[in-house]
Amino acid sequence: MTDHHAAAPPSGPVPWDKAFALRLLTDMLRIRRMEEKSAELYGAGKIRGFLHLYIGEEATAVGALHALAPDDNIVATYREHGHALVRGMEMGSIMAEMYGKHEGCARGHGGSMHLFDARTRLYGGNAIVGGGLPLAVGLALASKMQHEQRITACFFGDGAVAEGAFHESLNLAALWKLPVLFCCENNLYGMGTALERSESQTDLCAKAASYNMPALRADGMDIVAVHEASKQALRTLRESAGPVFVEYQTYRFRAHSMFDAELYRQKAEIEEWKTRGPIHTFTARLKAEGKLTEEEFLAIDAAANEEVAAAVAFAEAGTWEPVDDLLKDVMTPPPPAPRPGGGDAGSPPAAAPCEG
Amino acid sequence: MSRKLSYREAMREAMHEALANDPRVFLMGEDVGRYGGTYAFSKGFLDEFGPERIRDTPLSELGFVGAAIGAALGGMRPIVEVMTVNFSLLALDQIVNTAAALRHMSGGQFSVPLVIRMATGAGRQLAAQHSHSLEGWYAHIPGIKVLAPATIEDARGMLAPALADPDPVVIFEHAGLFNIEGDLPDDWSADIRSARVRRQGKDVAIITHGGSLPKALAAAQTLAEQGIEAEVLDLRVLRPLDSESIAAAVAKCRRVVVVDEGWRSGSLAAEVMARIMESAFYELDAPVVRVCSEEVPIPYAKHLEDAALPQPEKIVAAVKEMMG
Repeated sequence: MTDHHAAAPPSGPVPWDKAFALRLLTDMLRIRRMEEKSAELYGAGKIRGFLHLYIGEEATAVGALHALAPDDNIVATYREHGHALVRGMEMGSIMAEMYGKHEGCARGHGGSMHLFDARTRLYGGNAIVGGGLPLAVGLALASKMQHEQRITACFFGDGAVAEGAFHESLNLAALWKLPVLFCCENNLYGMGTALERSESQTDLCAKAASYNMPALRADGMDIVAVHEASKQALRTLRESAGPVFVEYQTYRFRAHSMFDAELYRQKAEIEEWKTRGPIHTFTARLKAEGKLTEEEFLAIDAAANEEVAAAVAFAEAGTWEPVDDLLKDVMTPPPPAPRPGGGDAGSPPAAAPCEG
Repeated sequence: MSRKLSYREAMREAMHEALANDPRVFLMGEDVGRYGGTYAFSKGFLDEFGPERIRDTPLSELGFVGAAIGAALGGMRPIVEVMTVNFSLLALDQIVNTAAALRHMSGGQFSVPLVIRMATGAGRQLAAQHSHSLEGWYAHIPGIKVLAPATIEDARGMLAPALADPDPVVIFEHAGLFNIEGDLPDDWSADIRSARVRRQGKDVAIITHGGSLPKALAAAQTLAEQGIEAEVLDLRVLRPLDSESIAAAVAKCRRVVVVDEGWRSGSLAAEVMARIMESAFYELDAPVVRVCSEEVPIPYAKHLEDAALPQPEKIVAAVKEMMG
C-alpha cells in the first residue's frame, strides 16, 4: 500500500477540460493578486500583526482543495489565505479580517492567521505549528462515529513534522482508521531553518509510512501533479478506510512573514524556484495546448484584480467592533435561568454543534 | 431520603447516566476501557458501551485532548479523562491555544463542548510528578470553566451541566476524595455557577475547594470545640469565581482564611484575597490570611508530604492567630 516514490509529475497534456483548467488557473491568480495587495496594504499600515504570504505555493491549495467535496472539513495553518479563498469564502470577508474589521470572517478577532468559516467548514487558521493536526483527527473521529462520509483535510508545513503533535496525530489517525488527508506543504523551511538542519530523516513520506499509512509525494509547483496526486490520495483513503499522507514539494517566494530579512537562503535559490512558478508555467502549458489565449488570460487577471479592488473597498468601508463587545464571545451566552429542584442540569441539549 | 455512596461511585454513576442518555457522549483516555479506568471510574463501561464509546488512547495527551476538541467541534460530546493534572501539561497547548481560544478567535463561530476530567492533588505519597494542584493555573484562562467537585453530591451532579455547557469545562477531582462516602439526598442538585456554604458560622470564614474541603471542615469542628464558629465556603466553581458568595462570607464573618492546596505564589488563594481587597476591604476586621502548600515539589516521604500540604492543624493555628 505504501508507495511514496511513485508520484512523479505527469507528463503530456493537461488531462482536464478547458473550463476546469481555467477555473484552477483563476483561483491561483485570485490568491496571487489578493496577497500581492495584502503585502502592499501591510506596507501602508492597513494590515498589521503577522502576515504570512503563500505566494509561490498556490498550486498546492488550489489543486488539493479542488479534489475535495464541499462538505469535507478543512484545517489549515497561519498561511491560509489561499485555502480560505479557494474554499469559497468571500474575498471581502478575508480582507476585512486582515484589516481587523467587524465585517471580517472572525469579526477582527483573528486577523490574517486565524481565518475561520463555519459555512465552508474551515476550522482555522491555526497558528501553533502542528496544532491543527490533533483537531483534524478529532473532526475525522466525529465523522466516523456519526457515520458521515466527509473527510478532513489537514494542511501543515514541513516544520510541523518535528512537533510531537504530528507524530501523535498520525499515530491516532492510523490506529483508529480515520478519514484524514494529511497535506504536508513542504516549502523546505520552517521559518528560517532548512529541513536538513532540523530533521534527521528528511524523507517526510518515510515518516508517515512508519505509521503504517499510505504516503505519496507530488510536485507542488505543478497544479496538475498536485490535483492528480490529491485525487489519487482520496481514492486510496476511501479504499483503505484510513488516513493518507501527501507531501507537496513547494517553495515560498516571499519572506516567512513581513519581519523576515531572509538571511538564511540565497537569492539564486529563490530565483531558480521562481522559474518553476505555478502560475506562469501552467499558463504557458495551457497556451501551448491551445486551451488559453492571451486575451483570456488578461481577462482572468483583470477580473481577479477587480475582485481584489472590491474586497479592499469592502474592508475599507468596514466598521470596528464596538469595544463594549470585547468579551462577548469568550464564552457562549448563558441560557435562560434553569428550573429549580433536583438535577437542575437536565439532559444535554439536542442541538447540533454551534456553527454560527 | 438519601442513599450512601462513595465519591468514585457517584462520578461513575454520573458518567454512566451521560453515556446512556446521549449517543453523542463518549469517554476517552488512557486505560479507561480494558483496564477499567486508572481509578476504576469506568469499570464495566467497555462491556456495556463498546470500544467506540469507551475509547482507550495511546499515551498521547496532546494528541487525544486535541482529538477530543476536534470531535466536539464535529458534533460529539467527549469526556476526556486525563490521568493526573501533571500529565495534562502535555496537553496544555491544545487546551489553552485551541479549546479556550477558539470561540473568541473565530468571532463566535465555533464553540467547543468538551469536558476534561483529571485527578489532582497530593496525599498519597506519589511524589513530585503525580501530586500537584494546578487548578489555579487553569482558573487563569479565559474561555474555559473550571470545576472542583468536593462532595458526593457534586461528584454525582456536576458532570451533566458540564456536558450540557457549550464551552470547554475542566473538572478537577482530588484523588484524596475518591474513597470518601456520604449520603446523596434524593433531592440533590448541582449547578456549575455558584459556591456553597458547607458549614454555617459567624466568627471566621474558611474559603476553600476540592481536597482541602474535608480538612477545612475538620478544622472548623476543632475550632467549634474551642468556641470559634467557622463558616466553610466551598468555591466549587474555580472559574468563573462566585464573587458574590465570597463577599457574603466576608460580610458575615469579617475574618477570612483561604485554604488552597496550590502553591502560595500566584495561587487561586491569591485571587480570592485580591477580590476581597477590591470589593470587601472595609468589611474586614483583620487582614485575610491563607494556608497553602509549601513552595516545594511535593516530596515522597510521608512526613515531608504532610508538612508540605495544608492540614487541619495549620488551619486551626491560622484562625487562632488571627482571632488573637
